[in-house]
Amino acid sequence: METPLTGRIRLDKSPVDLHEYEQTGGYQGLRKALRMQPSEVIEMVKASNLRGRGGAGFPTGQKWSFIPAGEDAPKPKYVVANADEMEPGTFKDRVLMEGDPHGVIAGMIVASYAIGAEAAYIFLRREYGPSAVALAKAIAEARDAGYLGKDILGSGFNLEMHLHLSAGRYMCGEETGLINSLEGKRANPRDKPPYPALVGLWGKPTIVNNVETLSNVPHIIDKGADWYRGLGKTNDGGTKLYGVSGRVKKPGIWELPMGTTMRELLEEHAGGMQDGYKFRGLLPGGASTEFLIEEHLDAPLNFESLQQYGSRMGTGTMIILDDRKCPVAMQLNLQHFFAQESCGWCTPCWGGLQWVEQILRAMEAGEGEPGDIEVLDMHTKRLRMGHTFCALAPGAMEPLQSALVHFRDDFEEHVREKRCRWK
Amino acid sequence: MAKIIVNEREYEVRDGQNMLQAALSVGLDLPYFCWHPAMGSIGACRQCAVRLFRDANDTRGKLAMACMTPANDGTRISIDDAEARDFRASVIEWLMASHPHDCPVCDEGGECHLQDMTVMTGHNYRRYSGRKRTFRNQDLGPLVNHEMNRCIQCYRCVRFYRDYADGRDFDVFGIRNQVYYGRQFDGVLESEFSGNLVEICPTGVFTDKTLKGHYTRKWDLQTAPSVCVHCGVGCNTIPGERYGALRRIYNRYNGEVNGYFICDRGRFGYEFVNGARRLHHARVRTERGAEAAPADSDEALRLAATLLGKAKRVIGIGSPRASLEANFALRTLVGEGNFYAGVSEKEWRLARLALDIMQGSPAKAASLADVARADAALVRGEDVTQTAPMLALALRQSVRQAPLRKAAKLRIPDWDAAGVRNAVQEEKGPLYIASTFGTRLDDAAKRTYRAPPDDIARLGFAVAHALDASSPPVPVLPANARPLVGEIVDALTGAEEPVVLSGGCGSEAVLRAAANVAMALCRKGHPARLCLTAPECNSTGLALLGGEGLEPAFGAVTSGEADAVIILENDLYRRAGAAAVDAFLEEVGSVVVIDHTDGETAARAGVVLPAATFAESDGVFVNNEGRAQRFYSVMTPRGDVRESWRWLRDLALAAGRADVEAWATVEDVDRALAAAMPIFAPLPEIAPPAGFRIAGQRIARQPGRYSGRTAITANVSVHETPPPEDTDSPLVFSMEGYQGQPPSALIPRFWAPGWNSVQALNKFQEEIGGPLRGGDPGRRLVEPAEDAAADYFADVPRHGEPSAGNYLFVPAHHIFGSEELSALAPGIARLAPRPYAGLSPDDARGASLAEANEVEVSVGGWSGRLPVRIIDTLPPGMVALPVGFAGRGPLELPAWGELRNPRDGRGQAQ
Repeated sequence: METPLTGRIRLDKSPVDLHEYEQTGGYQGLRKALRMQPSEVIEMVKASNLRGRGGAGFPTGQKWSFIPAGEDAPKPKYVVANADEMEPGTFKDRVLMEGDPHGVIAGMIVASYAIGAEAAYIFLRREYGPSAVALAKAIAEARDAGYLGKDILGSGFNLEMHLHLSAGRYMCGEETGLINSLEGKRANPRDKPPYPALVGLWGKPTIVNNVETLSNVPHIIDKGADWYRGLGKTNDGGTKLYGVSGRVKKPGIWELPMGTTMRELLEEHAGGMQDGYKFRGLLPGGASTEFLIEEHLDAPLNFESLQQYGSRMGTGTMIILDDRKCPVAMQLNLQHFFAQESCGWCTPCWGGLQWVEQILRAMEAGEGEPGDIEVLDMHTKRLRMGHTFCALAPGAMEPLQSALVHFRDDFEEHVREKRCRWK
Repeated sequence: MAKIIVNEREYEVRDGQNMLQAALSVGLDLPYFCWHPAMGSIGACRQCAVRLFRDANDTRGKLAMACMTPANDGTRISIDDAEARDFRASVIEWLMASHPHDCPVCDEGGECHLQDMTVMTGHNYRRYSGRKRTFRNQDLGPLVNHEMNRCIQCYRCVRFYRDYADGRDFDVFGIRNQVYYGRQFDGVLESEFSGNLVEICPTGVFTDKTLKGHYTRKWDLQTAPSVCVHCGVGCNTIPGERYGALRRIYNRYNGEVNGYFICDRGRFGYEFVNGARRLHHARVRTERGAEAAPADSDEALRLAATLLGKAKRVIGIGSPRASLEANFALRTLVGEGNFYAGVSEKEWRLARLALDIMQGSPAKAASLADVARADAALVRGEDVTQTAPMLALALRQSVRQAPLRKAAKLRIPDWDAAGVRNAVQEEKGPLYIASTFGTRLDDAAKRTYRAPPDDIARLGFAVAHALDASSPPVPVLPANARPLVGEIVDALTGAEEPVVLSGGCGSEAVLRAAANVAMALCRKGHPARLCLTAPECNSTGLALLGGEGLEPAFGAVTSGEADAVIILENDLYRRAGAAAVDAFLEEVGSVVVIDHTDGETAARAGVVLPAATFAESDGVFVNNEGRAQRFYSVMTPRGDVRESWRWLRDLALAAGRADVEAWATVEDVDRALAAAMPIFAPLPEIAPPAGFRIAGQRIARQPGRYSGRTAITANVSVHETPPPEDTDSPLVFSMEGYQGQPPSALIPRFWAPGWNSVQALNKFQEEIGGPLRGGDPGRRLVEPAEDAAADYFADVPRHGEPSAGNYLFVPAHHIFGSEELSALAPGIARLAPRPYAGLSPDDARGASLAEANEVEVSVGGWSGRLPVRIIDTLPPGMVALPVGFAGRGPLELPAWGELRNPRDGRGQAQ
C-alpha cells in the first residue's frame, strides 16, 4: 500500500531534513511542475480529483482555476496554507508539518506557480510549537537551496514564503476569517461573493488550502493524476490521513486509501474499544460533524458516502463516544467550545450558542427544565447554513442535532430525573 | 429600474439597491439592526431574514438576508413567509437573552429601535433562564454616555466611528456574546462626530449625556424643524423642549445638506439657550455710569425709542448669527445707508468676495452632499473639521468614491460595506489639503502642503495656471510646492466630480486662487464644484443684505455723524479690538442692544432688549452654499423675550414708522424683504405659509403621546390654558394637530406608527437614503450667472519673506471653543482648549521655550502672555493663536507680530 504523505516520516517522528527529502525523491514534483505551463499544472490537479482535506472537500484544481490569470490579472496573488488546525479531535496536519515539512512547502510552491502567486503564507496554529520549528527550518533550507526566492531552479518564477503564527481562534480555520486575521484584523468571516480567489488577502486573488491538501500536490505532479486517483478505494482519489480518538485500544493517525470504512479504522487500526467500554457512536470528522452509530460503521469514509446518513467526512478524524461517557456532558463540552469560539459577528451564533451551552450546563447540573430539549431542537433548525453568517454555528449544530436523535433518551432522562446518571 | 417581487406583489425600484433597502423604499416593514443606509450592509444581525426564491417557479426557496441580497430584476422574496417570521422572532429572542428588561427606566425607552423591532417581530415571551452577561461601562467624556449591558452587538457604532468618521480611539473588543464597544481606556471620545453614536445605536448603549442632565422622553419633547446656529454649514436639526428648557438636539435629515449626521458642536452646543447668561428681561440705564436696572418691556421700549428719537443719526449693527428677518428689520429701521454688517473688516471683505465668486464663477456651489459625492477634492486654507465640521465628514466620504469604482469593477455593490473594504483595503481617492499647519483631516489626505496663506494662494494660482494657461502664472514657486501642482492637476482632471473647497484662513488671495482653480476646471471641460466656507450660521445671508463692515460704523461715530446705535445679537468685543470697541461705545452716546445672551457689549448698553434664540423664534438662515433654510420656534419664550425682528418692528412703530405697520408675522417681513431685494424673491416660497393646514389642522409640535397636557400648569391654574398662539407658522404648540407627515420643511420629528426611533425617517423619504418626500427643504438663492464669463483673478500674492524677529500669526480654529454660543454649553466648554500660542518646534527651541512655558506675544495692537503649545506641523516663522476666546488675543489674523521669551527678555530672531 502506498503512503505518499507519510512514507518519509521517520520512526522517531523528527522532521525530515532537506537532504533526506531530496534523497527520497523530494522536490521532483516541483521540478516537473516548473517545466510545465501553470495551466497544465492546474489541469493535472483537476484530473487527479484532489479535494480539499480541511473538511469541506472542494475540488482543489477547480479552486485554483478561479484565480484570474494573464497579464491583466490583479497582482500580487497569494497562496496561504491553512495550518490553523483547531477542529476538536483533529491532529492530522500536525503529523505532516512536524514529520515532513518540506512536503507541505513543496506543495505550496507548486500551488503558487500554478496560480502565479508571488508570496505564500503558512498560517499556523500557535500551539503547534514543534511544527513552527520544523517549518521555519525547512523554509530556510528551501530558500538556501533555491526552491524559494528569486528565479526558482532557473525557471524565472519568484516566490517568498512566510510563516505566520496565529493568535489562536477557531474562526481562523475558516478561510475568510484566516485572511482577516492575516491582515491584522479581527478573525471575523467575510461574506462571499466576492470569493478569496478574486478578493482575498489584502484585496488580492488568494488561494487558501489545507496542509494535507497541499502535501498531496507534489506527488500528483510527480506521478500523475491516474496514479493518484488509483490510490483511493472510491471515486475520490488519493490517500487520506484518518485518525481515531476516544476509548479505543490504539488511538492514532494512519494514512490509508481514501474510502476506507469506519469499521476497518475502528476495529483494525485502532484495535477496537478498550476493555469494559462499549461503542455508542462516533463523530466521523471532528466536532462539527453528525454522530454516526453502529449501523453506519461499514460505510466508507469519503466525501460522498456519509451524506446519505446526514453526516460528512469532515477532517476524517473520528471521535468515539463510549457507553461510560455521558452524551449530554460530551455535548456540553463541544458546545462550550463552539460558544467560546463564536466570533460575535452574527446574532444566531453568539446568541444561540451561548443559550445552548447554558441549557446543557443546566441539564448536567440537574437543573434542566421541561421545554429545554425543544429549545435545543429549535436551535438545530434555526442555526443552519445561510441562516448564520458562516459555517461555525451550523457546524456546532451537527453533533447536537444528531445527538438529539441518537441519544434523545439521555437528554430526556437528565431533565426528568434532574440529574446526570454518570456523575 | 428593477422589478422585484415581494410577497407576490411586484414593485419597481431603482437599480443597485439591496432587498432590505428596496423593501423599505416601497414602504414595507422589515426589521433590521446592523444595516444603515449611509453605511451599507454587513449581514451581521440576521434580523432582515426573508425567504428568497430562485425564480417565479421556485416554491421552496431558502432563508436569506434581505440586506445582502441584490435587488436585481426579477428578485423574488417573501417577508410574510412563516419560517422567515419565526426566524426573525428568534433573532430578537437571542438579542433579548442578553438585553436588560428595564425599558421603563432606560433612557432609550420610547425611541428605541430594539423596542420597535421586538414589537414588529412579535417576540414577547422570555424562555431564556440563564444569567445575562454584564460589562463595565466607560466614562467617554461630557457628551456621550456608555451603558454596555444594553448592547446587541450590531457593530453599527464601530462602523460609524471608525469606518465612516475615521475615528481611531474607539473599537470593538472581545468575542462571542462578550463583544465590547468602547475605548482602550476611559476617556473623552476624540471624534468630533461622536454624538452620532446616540442616533446610530439602535438601543441605549450610547445616549446623550447632556440630555441625561435634564432627561425627558421623546414622547414628552416638544419639537420643531430647526437649523443649527454653530457654523455656516446649516445642518438641519430637531431641538426638543420640555418645561421651558431646551433638552437636546437631534439630527433632521436633509438629503442635500447633513444627511444622517451632525457634528458634536451642533448636537451639544444648545445649552446656551438655557444658560445663566440668557437675558429674559429688559434692562435700562437711565444715565451714564449708573447701574443698569431691570425694566419692563414697555418702559424699555419707550426709553429706547426716546433715545433713538433724540439722536441725529442712528446706525444699526447687524449680525451673522441673527436671522435674515432680524437683520432686515434693523436695516429697515435705520435705513440702508446706516446698516452695518457687524463683522470685522477682514471678515466682511472675505464674505463679500466669496459671494462675488459664487455669483461670478461658472462653478456651481457644492452642497454638503455634493462634497461627499465628489471623487477628487482640493481643500485650501483651513482646518474644516474645526470650522465647518460636517464638511470634513463629507470629505471623508469623498475619498471613498474613487475606490468604490474599483470595487464596482469586481462586481461588488456599493452597499456591500465589508466587501468594498476588503477589496479596496486602505486605498483612498485624491484629497489634497493646503493649510497653514496640520489639520484634523490630514489622515484622509493623499498629500498635504503647509505654508503661510500667501503661499497657499500661490499654489492655487499655479494649479489654475497649469489647468488653463490663460489664468495668471506664478513666477517662482517654493520647491516643495512644484511637484504638487502636477499631481493636483492630474487628480482634479481625472475626476468626474471634482470639488474645490476653500476657507479663507483670513486671506482673500486664498479665496481668489480657489476661484481660479474652479473656473479653470470648468473652462477646460471638468465641471467642478466650488465650496466656500462661511464662518457663522447666517454670514452668507448677511453678505447678501449688503452694507458695510464694522470699521465704517465706528468711523460714523468718530466723525461725530452718528450718536446712537442699535446692536443686533452681537458682542462687538468678539469682532474688534477691545480698545476700539470701548472707544466706540463711549463715544456713541446711546446704545441699544438686542440680544439673547448677556455679554460685554450688552453690559455697556443704555437699553438691553431680551431677544429670542433660534429655539424661540422663526426665520431664515442662508448657509455657505447660499441655501436659504427656514427654522421654526420650538418653544415659546420666557419672560419678556421677543424675536429680534419684533423688537425692531416695535421700535419702528414707536418712532411712527408706517412702513412696518403691516409686519404682523415673520412672513410679512419675508415678503417685504423679497420685494426690497430681488435675490430674496424666493423667500416666501421656501416653506408652506402660516395658513397652511392639513385636514384643517396645524402641525403638532407635541407628539400624540405628550404627557401632562392638563397638569403642567396646574400649579398656576387647574383650568387647562389654551396653547400659545403661533401666527408665524403652520405649527402649533400642542399635541392637538396633525401627527402625520407634513411637507418636508415642516417635519417636527421623525415618527411613524410602529417606528418610534429615529429610524422612522425611512417613512419620510422618497427612497431610502434619497430626498425627503416632496423634496429636501431649503432653496438655493445664489447660483452662478448664466453667462459666467468672469475674468480670472490676477493679483497673485508675492512670496513673503519674514523680517527678522517677526512672526506671521495665523488663526487656529477649534470646534469646541472658537464658536461663541456653543462655548457657553457646559459640555462643550469642558472640551475647549485653554488659550495658547502655538509655535513650531524649531522656533520654540530657538527661543528656549518648552511646552506650557509662558511667552509674550504682541500682534495687531494686542499683547499678552500665553502658554506655549508646540505644534509639530507648524512651519517655522509662524505662530498659531486660537480663535474666538473672548478677550484673548487679536481678532484680525493673519498678521505680523512679535514673540518674546519673558524669562530672558530678548526678542528672538528667526
